[in-house]
Amino acid sequence: MDWSPVLISLRTASLSIILTFFLGILAAWAVVGIKSKKWKAIWDGILTLPLVLPPTVAGFFLLYLLGVKRPVGKFLVTYFGIKIAFSWSATVIAAVVMSFPLMYRSARGAFEQVDGDLIDAARTLGMSEWNIFRKVLFPNALPGVVSGGVLAFSRGLGEFGATAMIAGNIAGKTRTLPMAVYSEVAAGNMEGAYQYVTIIAAIAFFSVALMNYGSIWSERKRQNDGRK
Amino acid sequence: MMEENEGLLTAHIQKALKEYQLTISFSVKNGCLGILGPSGCGKSMTLKSIAGITDPDFGRICLQKAQEDGTCLEQVFFDSKKRISLPPRKRKVGYLFQNYALFPNMTVEENIMAGVVNRDRKKEDTCKNKKKRAQEMMERFRLKGLENRYPGQLSGGQQQRAALARLLAYEPQVLLLDEPFSAMDAYLKEELRMELANLLESCRKPAVMVTHDRDEAYQLCSHLLLMSRGTVLASGETRELFQNPVTCQAARITGCKNISRIRPVGPYQVLAMDWGGLKLTTKKPVTEEIGAIGIRAHDFTALSGQEAEELSGREDANLIPVRNPRISEMPFEWYITLENGLWWKREKTIYCHDKMKVVPPWLRVDPEAILLLKDDRTKG
Repeated sequence: MDWSPVLISLRTASLSIILTFFLGILAAWAVVGIKSKKWKAIWDGILTLPLVLPPTVAGFFLLYLLGVKRPVGKFLVTYFGIKIAFSWSATVIAAVVMSFPLMYRSARGAFEQVDGDLIDAARTLGMSEWNIFRKVLFPNALPGVVSGGVLAFSRGLGEFGATAMIAGNIAGKTRTLPMAVYSEVAAGNMEGAYQYVTIIAAIAFFSVALMNYGSIWSERKRQNDGRK
Repeated sequence: MMEENEGLLTAHIQKALKEYQLTISFSVKNGCLGILGPSGCGKSMTLKSIAGITDPDFGRICLQKAQEDGTCLEQVFFDSKKRISLPPRKRKVGYLFQNYALFPNMTVEENIMAGVVNRDRKKEDTCKNKKKRAQEMMERFRLKGLENRYPGQLSGGQQQRAALARLLAYEPQVLLLDEPFSAMDAYLKEELRMELANLLESCRKPAVMVTHDRDEAYQLCSHLLLMSRGTVLASGETRELFQNPVTCQAARITGCKNISRIRPVGPYQVLAMDWGGLKLTTKKPVTEEIGAIGIRAHDFTALSGQEAEELSGREDANLIPVRNPRISEMPFEWYITLENGLWWKREKTIYCHDKMKVVPPWLRVDPEAILLLKDDRTKG
């Protein structure tokens, strides 16, 4: 069995979840803070777009932006010598863009679930907005944020459509696990596909199990801490 | 001239709410002002405006503080004309939330420390100071031994004390109390009300408390505003307001159970139209603007047939026959409703359950106990 898709997928998913996690949380915090309802809806729409678009369409847009002959892609190539389309970094970009809305929406929902009185109390106690985020909003939204992170990770791991459009299916370079499954099936090699499918299912199951275990553990810790 | 530490909080607030307009003006000086009114009358919105959590549409909120040199400094919290709106963290206002709003992710100690202000620049120093101040507060509010508990593991009373400790550790200039006892089990309330009364007395800061509980308001507040649907119905010294609430709505908010429209039949005599045309004599003259009377449910005296007969000739007898009463038992009171709709509350002991002996043949109202009220019901 060729292990390269496994390694590529893990690298892509790991890097992309780090980026998505921070970007999603920042975006959620920013959108929650918007006072005008109209602008809130507009920004929410833009940030959620990749979730509702077919992945191939989202990939098409990315290709349109980052293709070597396109403005952004051309700019990057001429001034920085970076070619994004059909490189490994393209798999990361595709995964980030496609998993971002899940992270953003989960984090936003988790932030909005936090009792507004807590935020108001923090404000009247003289805490700065950054400290409120760090000490009150984020810790109290953590379970929701973490489960958003797990969803985003799984989404990034399974990214297919947009990756195919912008990164292609180059063996050893941009062939991620879902791509490998597709290639094996297309080549009529079901045996090979089984192996990749098993690996992907195992990783997905493992991450969800870890998340559930984590939430049980933190609950227990809080209870024990109080008894000291 | 003001004494040191004294402050004067003045607020004029106008804000359009969903169903009505909130209009309220008051000033408080080192004592507790109570805002008493039914739920959803704009009480909380008033507190939130003072704290800076929301902004009124129009108005001015300011705090006058006495300086050490005897002069007076005014800090403007909000001024719609000058477009001033100080952010909450610069107002130094202590807000006690209805559900206490303790941070569930922090221990009691961390919660209290969250409110301690950094006064010294050096970091090490501040840390020590913070800890020390938190320790003081925990001692004062009897939270020793609970430092490492999380709010979810505290009882209602402990939660309130922790919230008060957090709030006072912040050394606020003004105290705002939002329904401080509504989230608490009934049996805890009385003791904690006493504690809060002592606290308010000792801390000598302007305080505003909103509540819908008339007992709380009476016990804790020297002055009261009675509110309904965003407007102030009456204001004044608490005891005076309870003795003479002036209008029907105000009387009802102060807990007056019996209110009836009247038809005057003499300078000191009326017919109570809602109580089957009962004829009653008042102590104060019934002027033209008086459209109703009120009698508090505790203000009746029970009379035997013989006692009633002795009184019956007198002008101010105010006798009420008791027919077909409905009786309901409480631990220390009987609730009795008469045929004509009057409510009577009669004290009893916990050992007494005998319904038959409760009801006398006659009741009497002292002319002094009859509240003369302006009838504002037609307007609302």
